[in-house]
Amino acid sequence: MMAPIPALRLEGIVKTFPGVRALDGVSFEVLPGEVHALLGENGAGKSTLMKTLAGMHQPNEGRIFIEENEVVMRTPLEAKAKGVVLIHQELSLAEEMSAAENIYLGELPTKSFGRVDWKTLYAKAGEILKRLNCKFGPQTRVSDLSIANKQMVEIARALTVNAKAVIFDEPTASLTDAEKVVLFDIIRDLKARGVGIVYISHRMEEIFTISDRISVLRDGTYRGTLVTAETSEDEVTQLMIGRSLDLSRNEAQVEFGDVALEVRGLSCGSLYRDITFNVRSGEVVGFYGLVGAGRTEIAETLFGLRTPSAGTILLEGKEVRISSPVDAIANGISLVPESRKEQGLVLGMNCRDNITLPQVDDLTAGPFVSDGAELAIFEQYRDRLEIKTPSWRQAVGNLSGGNQQKIVIGKWLAMRPNVLIVDEPTRGIDVGSKAEIHNLIRELARSGYAVIVISSEMPEVLHVSDRVIAMYSGEIIREFTAAEVTEDNLVQAISGIRADKVA
Amino acid sequence: MADTSKNAFATWLMRNPIWGFIVIIFVFFSVSNEYFFDLQNFRNILVQTSTIGLIALGMTLVMINGNIDLSVGAVVALAASLAVDLQSWGVFATWGNWAILPAVATALAAGIALGALNGFIVWKTGVDAFIVTLGAMIGVRGLVFIYTREESFFASNFAYSDFGSSSVGPLPTLAVLFLVFTVVTHLLLSRTVHGRNTYAVGGNREAAVNAGIRVGPHMMINFMIVGFFAALAGVTLSSQMGAATPNLGRDYELWVITATVLGGTKLTGGAGNIIGTFGGVLAIGILRNGMNLMQVPAFYVLVILGVILIAVLFLDKQLNRRGKQELKI
Amino acid sequence: MADPRLKSIGDLLARQGILIAFAIFLVGFAVFSDRFLTPENLETVIRQAAIIGVMAIGVTVVVIGGNLDLSVGSMLSFSTVLVVDLHDKIGPELAIVVMLAATLVLGAINGFLVGVARLNSLIVTLGMLSAIQGLTLIYTGGKNVDILDQETTWFAIFGRGHILGIATPILMFLGLALFMHVVMAYTPFGRRVYAVGGNPTAAVFSGIRRSRLVFSTYLISAFTTGLAALILGSRVMGSQNNVGQGYELLVLAGVILGGTSLLGGSGNILKTVIGVLILGFIQNGLLLMGFPYYAQWLVTWVVIILAVWLDIAAKRGRLLSPIA
Repeated sequence: MMAPIPALRLEGIVKTFPGVRALDGVSFEVLPGEVHALLGENGAGKSTLMKTLAGMHQPNEGRIFIEENEVVMRTPLEAKAKGVVLIHQELSLAEEMSAAENIYLGELPTKSFGRVDWKTLYAKAGEILKRLNCKFGPQTRVSDLSIANKQMVEIARALTVNAKAVIFDEPTASLTDAEKVVLFDIIRDLKARGVGIVYISHRMEEIFTISDRISVLRDGTYRGTLVTAETSEDEVTQLMIGRSLDLSRNEAQVEFGDVALEVRGLSCGSLYRDITFNVRSGEVVGFYGLVGAGRTEIAETLFGLRTPSAGTILLEGKEVRISSPVDAIANGISLVPESRKEQGLVLGMNCRDNITLPQVDDLTAGPFVSDGAELAIFEQYRDRLEIKTPSWRQAVGNLSGGNQQKIVIGKWLAMRPNVLIVDEPTRGIDVGSKAEIHNLIRELARSGYAVIVISSEMPEVLHVSDRVIAMYSGEIIREFTAAEVTEDNLVQAISGIRADKVA
Repeated sequence: MADTSKNAFATWLMRNPIWGFIVIIFVFFSVSNEYFFDLQNFRNILVQTSTIGLIALGMTLVMINGNIDLSVGAVVALAASLAVDLQSWGVFATWGNWAILPAVATALAAGIALGALNGFIVWKTGVDAFIVTLGAMIGVRGLVFIYTREESFFASNFAYSDFGSSSVGPLPTLAVLFLVFTVVTHLLLSRTVHGRNTYAVGGNREAAVNAGIRVGPHMMINFMIVGFFAALAGVTLSSQMGAATPNLGRDYELWVITATVLGGTKLTGGAGNIIGTFGGVLAIGILRNGMNLMQVPAFYVLVILGVILIAVLFLDKQLNRRGKQELKI
Repeated sequence: MADPRLKSIGDLLARQGILIAFAIFLVGFAVFSDRFLTPENLETVIRQAAIIGVMAIGVTVVVIGGNLDLSVGSMLSFSTVLVVDLHDKIGPELAIVVMLAATLVLGAINGFLVGVARLNSLIVTLGMLSAIQGLTLIYTGGKNVDILDQETTWFAIFGRGHILGIATPILMFLGLALFMHVVMAYTPFGRRVYAVGGNPTAAVFSGIRRSRLVFSTYLISAFTTGLAALILGSRVMGSQNNVGQGYELLVLAGVILGGTSLLGGSGNILKTVIGVLILGFIQNGLLLMGFPYYAQWLVTWVVIILAVWLDIAAKRGRLLSPIA
């Protein structure tokens, strides 16, 4: 029997950016009627690969084949015309336009004098939406749709052409379970029509539900392909993380100090409810849960960026009111935020000034900022965190992701906090820096900090935490000690299954 | 059924609050002033607002597209000067009333050309439209002064000023012109591919680019359209006055932007419509007219307009807030 | 790899392009007119540029903080009218105090609406432009105001006088520039303005009180506008209701020419001074060469766009924009 012709095949793709080799000889194929999952940690090169497939990046080397014909795709439009469609994770819709217009963006059917042929447009778009089981009509304005329905519009775009391969980039990131079921039906339907599907996700359970094969990327290189039915999560994880990152389980530390931070019955509207926990000095408490489970919102509340609707916060046993970051800082709380580019750094500002920003008021000689004091702090944390930058004058925007993250961490360590909250400490940085940051977090705890780590990466949480708090949909489901916690019971907890309660 | 239509109306009003405001001031002036509710007065309002209104139509396209044009006031002066001056040139001496035609055509062409220049610079250099048209606003005014040598021109041909005060049936010609172009621009924006792509480019530029929409040409066309409307406003204004002065159109950019923003067009692009802009223009017109009839000095109108502009923005912000759960950034 | 020399020339242009342009203009005008490079002429230029210059210093602070202030033109009308009108009624000292206080109140309104209520600064200050113009007209009833006793009042010092042998407007302009430069470059306040303009979210996450900071930038631009009104009122000894009309855009032109990005987070007070002086020298040089005063507007058109274009071209590494 002849092997089927791949819908899409890549051969030795190399893509470099100034200073980074994002893809290093990646080969990959997806067969018609196959769901091929693409896995890899943040920074492994998935998004670069996908953008290369969709014509948004041009590879420096390597070849791309559609049904074994070599193609060059210079723009997303060209890729789409050739039958390769990318469904973005970040929705790329024009909000004030109708669903139909977004579906046929750039290809509106026309009549004479450049008039839009609305009848044809709505008929065609309506048909596609019906195929997707959408409950809204093609004339609905996108700004009136829920996030899930907006995603349906994105997916509908892929169906306007005779797609040979469709790439889903983390499609379930903002979907509810019910919506997920609908999405999976759509994927199975596409599959039955012989479309090749590339499915990118972090969520192991989804990948094992939907995919036929799994390919793994690590550090921009291809690490192998596994048949889903014949492999296990362990095997995939191992391939994904490799030996370069030591993620052995954290040995529970024997001695912790006093309770540094205690939270009682904290609630914030619909974001999270009745949150109670504490952190002792010298301890790392990990918060694990899906995006949107309320973890980040708790951190933001502790840092004075959200007003809780109920509950109390106690620092070293004393109740405190934190209504702004200024209060939080004064109370010895530091927050390394989730998004370093949007929340952590002023990208155009130099390294030194970014590190000293929260305390620039105190680093003065007379009315002026003291150069010497600033430099001293910069050098101290540059050396301690091994930040690699040619000079303190370098704009932070020019550093690598790992070094940027270290600048943010350095900025908050320099405040000498009692409680350090780190939200997604290693998102989008390379494996080497990851290990360094993990070690750093452990070290900080050992030197007496109370640390909260929020992460969506299970190995990370297991590796750094002394205790793990699992959250689901705004509630704490369960708290595990390092000895109790396993991947299985953690997965169960964050999927909303209450192991300790009868449903 | 009644419920849904009621809801649809409420939604529409939420999206076009300016029409609610218009009803309020309309009723207010009708009740409080005996001269306001009068057909002749309504005609006046339309004529008075037609100048700002025409430019606002073009500005709406440019702003939905994600740009802005500060040079419209200077273009008004240039077009007015060209239109009035050219018709008295010796070469057209034997043309009689037809001399108006090449003069007006040149004026409109100049407006379109300057719009094309603005658009081309924004497209090719990537410099922000605010800066490009700020430069043009200063520079085009310079062109006007060089051309006119700081002098006013007076229309020698009475047919030109007659046009400004003529009527088509029951309506003044200028009002008809404004209404017709309002409809045309509305159709252009809501029914044609160019109009829809204008929204797409302003609403989500990256998505538009990825969908293969050519951002540059659409921006350039919209700058040409606003240039055309500014020039047309210059022509109608000078025909009303029978003259053109080099300082004509000063501060028009501010009035036009005010009208457009009142009508719900967002400075960030992607949102707005001609019906809203028409409402914004009418609101300003009714306010000016009504307060004038009530003998409120024109100064107060300036204050009230400024306050309304800010109030609209404030309300819009409050309506779109997510309440107490919001991140305090 | 790109040629490193090319890169360094690009760098130089990007960093110091405005200085180079300044030098070219000076040399050019000096070649064409022997009256240009005389001390008297230079003094004239700087003195004339002082009003716009003083305002531009305040507006630069607002723009670095990530906002716009279009209300300074009509605020200048208001403040000038107020100080001139009150001069004869309550004496120059009190008139100055009342005028500065009133101007600061206007700045506070701007600051509240943009900083605290978080409304779009372009529209807010556009609305304020209109409202303040109206206020001025209401105050005067549409009449011009002037100072009767022009010869003996000490108020003349701001516009017409000299201190230590230097014309007061020049002293105020350059002194204020130096002071504000030091504030912006070397104090914690300045650092915070850059941070808020560069990334307001990150600034809040760093414990900066964003609302308060933006509020204070508008107080600064109102204050500098008040100072400009002192110079203007004292120079003219009278005022029309719309004397400041259009100034907001000339001021902004100077700020932009000085390389301050309208996106916020970058900019430099001393370069704003140079930007304003370039506009002043263009005007003066063209006049000396026999062109009418409005010829400068054409040159300004070209210079503003070229300056910003070269600036962003150097940053993106290519001349033309990648827009399709």
